[in-house]
Amino acid sequence: MNFRMNMHGLRAIYLFEMARTWRTLFQSVVSPVVTTTLYFIVFGAAIGSRITEINGVTFAAFIIPGLIMLSVLTESVSNASFGIHLPRFTGTIYELLSAPVSSFEVVLGYVGAAATKSIVLGFIILATARIFVDYNIAHPMAMVCILVVTAVTFSLFGFIIGIWADNFEKLQFVPMLVITPLTFLGGSFYSIDMLPTFWRTLTLFNPVVYLISAFRWSFYGTADVPVGISIAMIVLFLAICIGIVWWIFRTGYRLKN
Amino acid sequence: MTVQNDGIRAGTADKSLNSEGESAVSVSKLSKVYAGGHAALTDIDLDIRKGEIFALLGPNGAGKTTLISIICGIVNPTSGRITACGDDVVRDYRKTRARIGLVPQELTTDAFETVWNTVSFSRGLFGKKPSPAIIERILRDLSLWDRKDSKIITLSGGMKRRVLIAKALSHEPEILFLDEPTAGVDVELRRGMWDMVRKLQKTGVTIILTTHYIEEAEEMADRIGVINGGRIVLVEDKTALMKKLGKKELRLNLHTTMPAIPAELSGHALALEDDGNTLVFTFDTTAERTGTTRLLADLDRLEIRFSDLDTRQSSLEDIFVSVVGQSS
Ligand SMILES: Nc1ncnc2c1ncn2[C@@H]1O[C@H](COP(=O)(O)OP(=O)(O)O)[C@@H](O)[C@H]1O
Ligand SMILES: [Mg+2]
Repeated sequence: MNFRMNMHGLRAIYLFEMARTWRTLFQSVVSPVVTTTLYFIVFGAAIGSRITEINGVTFAAFIIPGLIMLSVLTESVSNASFGIHLPRFTGTIYELLSAPVSSFEVVLGYVGAAATKSIVLGFIILATARIFVDYNIAHPMAMVCILVVTAVTFSLFGFIIGIWADNFEKLQFVPMLVITPLTFLGGSFYSIDMLPTFWRTLTLFNPVVYLISAFRWSFYGTADVPVGISIAMIVLFLAICIGIVWWIFRTGYRLKN
Repeated sequence: MTVQNDGIRAGTADKSLNSEGESAVSVSKLSKVYAGGHAALTDIDLDIRKGEIFALLGPNGAGKTTLISIICGIVNPTSGRITACGDDVVRDYRKTRARIGLVPQELTTDAFETVWNTVSFSRGLFGKKPSPAIIERILRDLSLWDRKDSKIITLSGGMKRRVLIAKALSHEPEILFLDEPTAGVDVELRRGMWDMVRKLQKTGVTIILTTHYIEEAEEMADRIGVINGGRIVLVEDKTALMKKLGKKELRLNLHTTMPAIPAELSGHALALEDDGNTLVFTFDTTAERTGTTRLLADLDRLEIRFSDLDTRQSSLEDIFVSVVGQSS
């Protein structure tokens, strides 16, 4: 078998998915920016002024990495899951299944587009934050890497959800009832060191803790969990998601009868 | 249920086709059992010749869509092998799929896309570099050019069908599958569709269409394959098939209601319908003497008058009865 990629096919899928964003630009970009601004006003300015610094960082600055993660995770999952669920729902998936594209190209197109949106969104939030707080990024390269890997991992996760879900309720259920709580409880707005021992131990089962901890480390050089463990965990989630997607295409699960 | 006599024999007889011309699609020993345990296809053997229009004729639920879906890669086969222009559709899927275009049965479209974008997308997806000139030609041929910037959701059903055809043709396929292209389409549009299919054939495209209208198969196809209950019942040249199986009905609208068929007419194959208002005579178009002249003479002699008359081709069901009858 020859291993030439169908670059035109990949490009078509990617651009098609990106075009969907431009059509819903307001929903995709403006609303997360508004939400983030609200968080800064409420948590950063109003409440934050009464909270002492955490690990030598003002509260408003402390919450920036968590806020970015909150948006990147939810948007990755909902964009990628919606992107692949829609053609299944409308039936246009027939074209994808009958096209000379490999599963690798399909995933690259859908997940790549969802991840691109999330990454762009992450930077927009970062820029918005600048209006409210001054911050430094200690390890910019690591920050970008963690952002990219997280966006890709959770877009893959969203892709899986989009294939697993057989209706729109299930599709919305995961981002709303799984991702958002895990992110809030994952230390977006506090250091998990501030928790009593029992809750702190429990929190370590929350995968998002590792993401936020590593991401915050890239900003301020301090972390709740050792950076090495965080990175190992992120890579583990990525590997699990890749494994599940590989299985989906091998078996045709919910894609082919 | 496989027909075993003379020429109308599915599968095995087809093997000889290769001597007459290369096959565009070759299906051998294909079976499909859906997850629920339903055997949708059983032991299908079929050869489609390059350049022909092949009609796959069968009632709803016969397995037409399943067969097409497997060839195109949308449904996994349970067993069997398929090649397109000599390449295996599973192992060499990149090669084979680039040659195949599919117009699905359902009108599934991206509602909020424009016609131009959705057709260009298909071309890219199938691995061809962008070509506005080719897309323009296809849209003009299908009378979609002045709607190229319209969102698909604003189009009529007939136009949506043509958008799907444009998508299927966007990568200039050698083989085109049309799954029930005229189901629920009015007569005028149906004629337009047939004209378009003939034009395509002239450009060298092999066309496989499914239908449950015998008239459509008769009008369009070079060869017809009849499928029923997941099995290919017969594959025949159209002209030969129509001769072999062509029964016709002569329907006479009677001037006055007839309570029963008079004894004098008992020698003719007659039936009464519409509460005695229509007299139906069934005859074999291939017979040397159809018996119509004798019947009309007898009616005249008995002074049975009719206000109108009409002939009708035998229905698909009649063909099945005939085919199944011959095989037993
Ligand atoms: N996804 C499916 N799961 C289970 N059975 C199916 C599925 N799709 C079709 N069938 C069954 O397979 C048979 C053939 O269906 P189909 O290929 O759609 O027939 P046709 O296109 O000739 O009307 C039918 O009995 C149908 O109910
Ligand atoms: Mg069908």
